[in-house]
Amino acid sequence: MNRFRDRLAELRRLAVGAAVGLPAPVLLVSFAASVPASLAAGAGVLLFAAALWACRRLAGVQRRAAAVPAPYVPITGRPLARLRTVVRDPATWRDLLWLPCQFVAGVGGFVIAVALWLAAVQCVTAPALRALLPSPTGYDPAVLEWTGRSGPLTWILVPVGAGLTVVAVWLPRHLIRAQSALARALLAPTSAARLAARVDRLTTTRAAAVDASAAELRRIERDLHDGAQARLVLLAMHLGVASDVIDDDPAVAKALLAEARTGAGAALTELRGLVRGIHPPVLADRGLAAAVHALVLGSAVTVQLDLRLARRLAAPVEAAAYFATAEALGNAIRHSGAGEIRIALVDAGDAVHITVRDNGVGGADPSRGTGLLGIRRRLSAFDGTLHVTSPSGGPTVLEMSLPCES
Amino acid sequence: MRVVIVEDQVLLRDGLTRMLTAYGFDVTATDPDGAGLADRIVAAAPDVAVVDVRLPPTFTDEGLRAAVAARRAVPGLPVLVLSQYVERLYARDLLADRSGAVGYLLKDRVAEVREFVDAVRRVAAGGTVMDPEVVAQLIHQPSALDGLTGREAEVLRLMAEGHSNAAIAARLVIAEKSVNNLINSLFAKLGLPPSGDHHRRVLAVLSYLDHR
Repeated sequence: MNRFRDRLAELRRLAVGAAVGLPAPVLLVSFAASVPASLAAGAGVLLFAAALWACRRLAGVQRRAAAVPAPYVPITGRPLARLRTVVRDPATWRDLLWLPCQFVAGVGGFVIAVALWLAAVQCVTAPALRALLPSPTGYDPAVLEWTGRSGPLTWILVPVGAGLTVVAVWLPRHLIRAQSALARALLAPTSAARLAARVDRLTTTRAAAVDASAAELRRIERDLHDGAQARLVLLAMHLGVASDVIDDDPAVAKALLAEARTGAGAALTELRGLVRGIHPPVLADRGLAAAVHALVLGSAVTVQLDLRLARRLAAPVEAAAYFATAEALGNAIRHSGAGEIRIALVDAGDAVHITVRDNGVGGADPSRGTGLLGIRRRLSAFDGTLHVTSPSGGPTVLEMSLPCES
Repeated sequence: MRVVIVEDQVLLRDGLTRMLTAYGFDVTATDPDGAGLADRIVAAAPDVAVVDVRLPPTFTDEGLRAAVAARRAVPGLPVLVLSQYVERLYARDLLADRSGAVGYLLKDRVAEVREFVDAVRRVAAGGTVMDPEVVAQLIHQPSALDGLTGREAEVLRLMAEGHSNAAIAARLVIAEKSVNNLINSLFAKLGLPPSGDHHRRVLAVLSYLDHR
């Protein structure tokens, strides 16, 4: 039954391929006609644009079927600028080349597949057809016209039909594969386009990484300025006053010294906190899993941990993963009102997957909250990704993935 | 003597208030928000304002801007600006109106309590007090001071820090007359007209060094 359904699915795919290829002649004629037409009048441009649009739509269908990414240069600006972008895009011309190829492969593939099945069924059922239709009619099946209504030829067709059935079962998937190969060859981004896209992405993520580290430095500077530095100034002030009055008023000096000592302790605490914020000692000493464990120890909300990462990763990756997790956890604690949070840290060999799930109110919007943007920025510097599902009413699930060499 | 303190960090504000009160100042603290700060300082009409450079809302140089604005409204309004670090450019901004009664000190200087209190008083009295660090930044431009003897450079530094001739003489353990001679000779070397006015000397020195 399943096999039958698979065969049907294959035929459906071939039918789609044929449908995609079928308009090719019309489109090609439109393209050809649009050039002189646009010289004569502006309407040709519209025809050209419409044909182009249709062509891209058709190519899109085939790309989806063959799991091929779209290679187009992004289109922006005013209509004329858009048209120029499209005309200059090599992918446009590759689409045009693909169109006649798909016409042949699509229509031909579908016709062959259907014809094979029809022929196979007729051959296998030839004896039965002869029995059902003993005398010639106006609509005789091809096999009967071919073999006549007597003689052994009808029976010989049965094994031929069986053979054709085998071919009909076997061939469509190869036809589909051929069309996919065609799509990959002509519709996929060329290596130059892929590199260009990669460079674009790297430029974006590099800018984000620079922004993130600059923001981080500003935060550290602010923390130092408002925290430890201020305390040290105060401490120096206390010591200064104390040494000034120690002869005249030892009691006051003593009180000031005690205050200075408290201040020194507070300054040290602040510095420790700051250092932990820059690079937690546990992370440096024991790695990501231990650091995440340490992170949740003091948490007010119950946190379930599933730590499946036994090895050490490159230090920058560990830091990015740690701070992304810390931010996600902090968000969950601060904003979700969750009663339970689950953190999973899974080593997938070439990547580490981190899932932070809370049973809170949901409604987290990755395009707004600076926290989520920060996480995305942190991860993107390492080609990592963040996926957020947070329906209103919860639960919120953050899926983070960070490539790492195994 | 009435002091207005503009400092956003509560710890430091309280510390400064306590200290200056202990040394006989009449201290009021004002709202440290940068918006309208200059007007508030002018309205308070203190004998001296002690202002932190870095204040809300942007935590950059609001304090400095407010000090300059307040002095534009009331020329010669004594202002002592405190900062976590000193920046020559800021010193120049403060000195630009050439009316004296300004100070620019690192916050660290509060540890030297007597000197700090003394600096507050000197600014209130119309003097000019530059942090040794500012002076050092200027003096470390070798070109500016080619030709000065070590003694002269030292006198120049102490002058820029706002010390009087007598104080310089005491520091260097020399006669005040020798200090006068050194000042005259270094002014001659720097091409500045000799002047007895305390803060104008500093201004002259700083602007000379700055525009060299």
